[in-house]
This record gives sequence, structure tokens and C-alpha cells, in this order.
Amino acid sequence: MNGAQVVVEALKREGVKYIFGYPGGACMPIFDALLDAPELELVLVRHEQGGTHMADGYARATGKPGVVLVTSGPGATNTVTGLLTAQMDSIPLIVLTGQTITPNLGKDAFQEADIFGVTMPVVKHSYLVKDANDLPKVMKEAFHLATTGRPGPVLIDLPKDVVSAECTANFPENTDLPGYEVPMKGNADDIVRAADIIMESRRPLLYVGAGAVGSGASKEVLELAEKLQAPVTTTLLGKGAFPETHELSVGMLGMHGTAYANKAVVGCDMIMAIGARWDDRITGKVSEFCPTASKIHIDIDPAEFGKIIQPDVSINGDARLVLQELIPHVHKLDSGPWLKSVASWKKKYPLKYPKRGGLRAQYVLDELDRLSESRGIISTDVGQHQMWAAQFCKSSRERQWLSSGGAGTMGYGFPAAIGAQLGCPNDLVVAVVGDGGFQMTLAELSTAALQRVPIKILIIDNRYLGMIRQWQELFFDQRLSGCDLEGNPDFVKLGEAYGVKGFRIRRAGDVTKVLKKALAYNDGPCIIHAEVVKEDNVFPMIPAGAAVKDMLIEKPKDRKLEKPVGST
Amino acid sequence: MEEFTISIYVNNKPGVLMRLSQTFARRGYNIDSLVVSPAVDHQFSRITVVVQGGPETLDQILRQLNKLVDVVHASHHDPKQSVERELAIFKLLIGPEKRSEVLQIVDVFRAKIVDITDQSLIVESTGSSSKIDAMEKLFNTIGLKEMVRSGKLVMARGTNKT
Repeated sequence: MNGAQVVVEALKREGVKYIFGYPGGACMPIFDALLDAPELELVLVRHEQGGTHMADGYARATGKPGVVLVTSGPGATNTVTGLLTAQMDSIPLIVLTGQTITPNLGKDAFQEADIFGVTMPVVKHSYLVKDANDLPKVMKEAFHLATTGRPGPVLIDLPKDVVSAECTANFPENTDLPGYEVPMKGNADDIVRAADIIMESRRPLLYVGAGAVGSGASKEVLELAEKLQAPVTTTLLGKGAFPETHELSVGMLGMHGTAYANKAVVGCDMIMAIGARWDDRITGKVSEFCPTASKIHIDIDPAEFGKIIQPDVSINGDARLVLQELIPHVHKLDSGPWLKSVASWKKKYPLKYPKRGGLRAQYVLDELDRLSESRGIISTDVGQHQMWAAQFCKSSRERQWLSSGGAGTMGYGFPAAIGAQLGCPNDLVVAVVGDGGFQMTLAELSTAALQRVPIKILIIDNRYLGMIRQWQELFFDQRLSGCDLEGNPDFVKLGEAYGVKGFRIRRAGDVTKVLKKALAYNDGPCIIHAEVVKEDNVFPMIPAGAAVKDMLIEKPKDRKLEKPVGST
Repeated sequence: MEEFTISIYVNNKPGVLMRLSQTFARRGYNIDSLVVSPAVDHQFSRITVVVQGGPETLDQILRQLNKLVDVVHASHHDPKQSVERELAIFKLLIGPEKRSEVLQIVDVFRAKIVDITDQSLIVESTGSSSKIDAMEKLFNTIGLKEMVRSGKLVMARGTNKT
């Protein structure tokens, strides 16, 4: 076997089904070897960034690692944004990059990029393989590292002479990584200490993040919440780890979370993070975040303990396994009055939007949620439409919500939906994208059309970079700078050029009718172009760097807002 | 800012040093000295780093280091619980008239003269970093031209793991 054949054989052994790839000189031997492996389906993308987001969407929707194959130089550097997106949100990816031949390394050869060096801060781990005999071991390790512990992207740089060389193909059963431990169950003493703290609480709050999704802990979260009678809030990435349709759910918390979730954060006497990392979108001003509440932190990555918030008890382990150990130690809390307060906030401060004055994105998304019975897989870009989708498209199960949280990558939503649909062919998949983000990766319309994936691309088009415009309106005296997307194409006609079906929504009265038609269209991808009101704002809002208690339910009429002190 | 000595046991592979230095840089730590050498088992290397940084982030740094796949373990060493050594060589540009002064200092600090010409002297010294600092200060008043320090080496006392 040569190196390329070993790589392909290793992919088969790992049960890989799809490879999102784009060829180039340095990776031609691997593309060649793929021809002899019909069980691996090559999805030819139109840009490497799109390929990484497809693999990422596939991974988020299925829980299996996504695989990307690109060439050296620019092919490799085009994966950097996808790597960052996956790294920030702990998504298992394997990115295989071609590389110039080893004698050329470091000599500025054609299409040479030190991708091993370039990507170091945005990967969980990476390899530059210089001996073909190492390939079986490296491939085994890469999949192990990407998918275990706190998952993440692993990059393997493959010089062309290495994958062309004949080598021994000894595929190891196990990995030998002395510096890599995967915490599992959690320390029994920590669990008992956590249980003691929980049992003292009268105003508990479970704060559930991506770690719960990653470990498949939704059953345990539900069991714990119901047993304790504790309300549950999920982060943007934790959506689906607890059904948002459940009466104990208070929806998403944080910068654009529900008012009642944020009021629960302010009012709780105990907050337990389950696979969530106290991100700055959640805490706002850290020094004023839940100052009197006791804090419990369950995380598979010990480096998260005390990084932002110092917990009273930390439990290092897999969320699902830790909760299984914890549940027998706790019982129902005396939380009746607390649940009543939470219920009253839900009633008093519901998510709302004006029903008049043109077509509202919120209404389109609300209807989408209703018509799809909260069952679709939703992927998003970044910005206003993302926050509205998070607010109005409820998740009832894990892996139903695909969104770039940590990195905030525009252009993520559409390619991610393609990957998700390939991984989950029987699910409804909707890419909710903005007119800005969609244009960053719309080259993948070819890929979607070619693969005939029946994804619905719902473009929330306000002809602005809406979140930028919102900030400029609220914090920069309405001085609009660089946010006007004048020059947008006619997205329906654009779709036509790719052979993609298009639907148009211009009036609120058409929303239900058109969405129904589009949801029933399954003969390949379709575009739903929703031309929404140009100027609308996402609320509630905690200005960046402000305390959670300073949340704004709506735009203040009587005062000017200070420029936020938080970074973004 | 405080000074910390961190010992790191890593896989002896290319790129490891880069990952470590990135971890320090991202958290605003400045590396004062860094020594890399093979461990008893040559598949691994032993790294001693002296860094300047805030004490509140030390725990974070150690956790971030331990998170790296190529790091087997990383730990902070309290000087009381460990043996610390540093080697330095000093070049002084002096003639015979100042030799006796230098010899006195060399004697007090139990250092060695390893090279001598009619215009120069090279002194070698091993010991704690503060001893080296003291010698540097004295030599500076006499005619110190060049100094090379190995950086601090650390080993845990007794049967404790470094």
C-alpha cells in the first residue's frame, strides 16, 4: 500500500461516509486512492471554507466526526476559519491537507504553506507526517483525539511524497498517548459535595451548554431537572440538551436570551453549569454575575474551572456520566415559590415582536417553528437572524441546532445545512441565514444542487448587516458605517442560475402559505427569500460587558445608551 | 507580576515547543528562560521555564499546558521543595592589573576561570539564579563584556516527581 491508500483505508476503518473535499496538486494521490473506495463518498465543494463548515454541520447533526480533504497552500489556509469555528465549539473534525514534498519543506515551494504552524492555535491537535509508516498510527490518534474528551478539530498535514511512498500498513487497535487522559465519571467526593450544595438550594437553576449535547446527556438533564424541580436554561449551543417545550425550560440565557432566563440567573441561589463555560455572552460583567449564588461546574475540560468563574465545587468528567452519578444523591427541592416567580416572569416578559408594520423576521421564524412542530434541524449564520432563530425556533432534542457560537462565523449556516442533511437524510433541515452571511459561502449552491439535498435556505434579508446596524443605532448615535448591503442580488434569480428552486415572501400575509409550500418541496434545495423590514432590533439585550441585571427588555425611549465596555 | 518556575514533561516531537510558547503568549506570560533537554527516556523531553506573570493566572496556565496532547505533565515548583541550578559564563575584558580582583570574587562564589588571555577572562559559575545575579552585578563594575546563562534548571527534592 502507498501512503494515500493507507489514509483511505484508515478512513474506511473509522466508518467515515462522506469526505468534503477540494483537490489540488499536493493531494492528488489521495484523490486518486479515493476512486478505489466507493464506500467513501466524495462531496466536491466549491470552496474549502464551505467544506469545513459542511463537515462541521455533519458532525453537529450526527455526533460523528466530519472529514475534510484539501490541498496545500491556499487550499489549506482556506480551512482556518472552519477550524476556528470547530475548535471554539468543540466539534470533532479531521482536516487532511496536502503538502509539498518533504525535500521542499521550508523552501517556499509552490503552494507551500506552513499549515501546521498557521493552525496551531485553532486545533485540538495537529500532525505533520514525514514518514509514511507513521500514517496508520497518526490516523488512529487523530480520530481518537477529535472525538474523545473535549472534542475538537485535528489537522493532518500530508506531504505528497509521503502519501506516494510505499509503506507498511500496520493499523493499530489502540492509541498510546501518555499526555492525554479522558476524564469520565467524576470524583465521588466532588459529586457528594455538589449534591450537598444542591440540596441546600431553594432557587436552583441548571445552566446547560454544548458539553451536555456532546456527551449525549439530555436524558440525564431531564431526569435531574424533573427530580429537583429546577428550571433549566440552555446556552446558544446547549439548545436541545433540554426540550425548550418543557415547562421547566426558560429558554436561552445571555446577551439575547429570554428575559425570564436572565431574571432566573439574577435571582437564583444555586447555578449549576453542565458542560457550559461561563462565556462572556452569558456572564456579562463577571464581577456582578450571580455574586451570592453557589456555583457548581461540571466540565470535561479542567482548564474551564476558574477560567472565568470560580465554582464552589467543580466536577471533572463527562456530563452524562457525572449526572448519572449525581442523580441518586439528590431529591426534590423545596422550589415551589421559586418556580412560581419564574412562571410569573415568563408571563410578564414573553418574547415578543410587533405584529404590524411590515414583514418581521421574528414572525417568519415563529411560523417556521410552528409549521415544522419544532422538529427541524436549524443551522444559522451569525447576527440578528441567528438570535431570532435561537429565540423562536425551539429545539426539542439534541443535535437539532447548528450555530457558530464561540467563533461567530458568518457564512457557516448554509454549508453546515448541506452537511447536516447528508448526515440526516430523513430530517427537515433549514438553513436560516442573513443576506450578509449567505453571500460569504453561496458558492456552495452548486454543491447543494449537485447533491440534491432538500435543504431549505431561508434568507432573512433586511439589506443590512442587521446586528451592526442595531449597535450603531443604539450605541453610536445612529451613525451607520459599513452596514448597508446595497447591491444584494435577487436571491431567487440567483438560485435559478444554479437550478435551485426559489420562493419569495414579501408580506406577512404570505408567510404561512409560502413556508408550507417550501417545506413540502423536497426535490433538491430551495431558497426562501424573506424580504423583511429593514430596521428592527433584537431584544432582550444585555449590552456587552454590562451586568445581567441591566438587561434591556426593549429600546429605552428616555435615555441614550453608553457605548458597551465589553469587546463585541 | 511574579516569577514562576514551571517544569514540563513533554513528548520529544517537533512543534511541541511552539505549542507551549503559544500557550504562554496568549495568556500574557513573558518567558524569562527556557531549557529543553532529553529526559531519561529519550522519547520525552524535560522543559524548565521561568515566566513572569500574574499569580491569579498561574493555575490557568498549568491547566492549559496540561491540556496539550504532547504535554505529559506540567507543574509549578516551589523553590523550597526543589533544587534549582543555573550555569553562567562571563567574559570580562580586563588586563593583568585587575585579575586579582576577579580571582577574589571567583573564589568567594566558588566559580572557575576557564579561559584567560592578556586582555580577557572567562569565568564559569553554577548555582542559584540569585548567585549568578550577584556575580553579574560585581563583574559589571569591573569590565563585563558578555554573559551567557543557561536558564534555570529545576528538580523536585527527595522522591517527588519533577
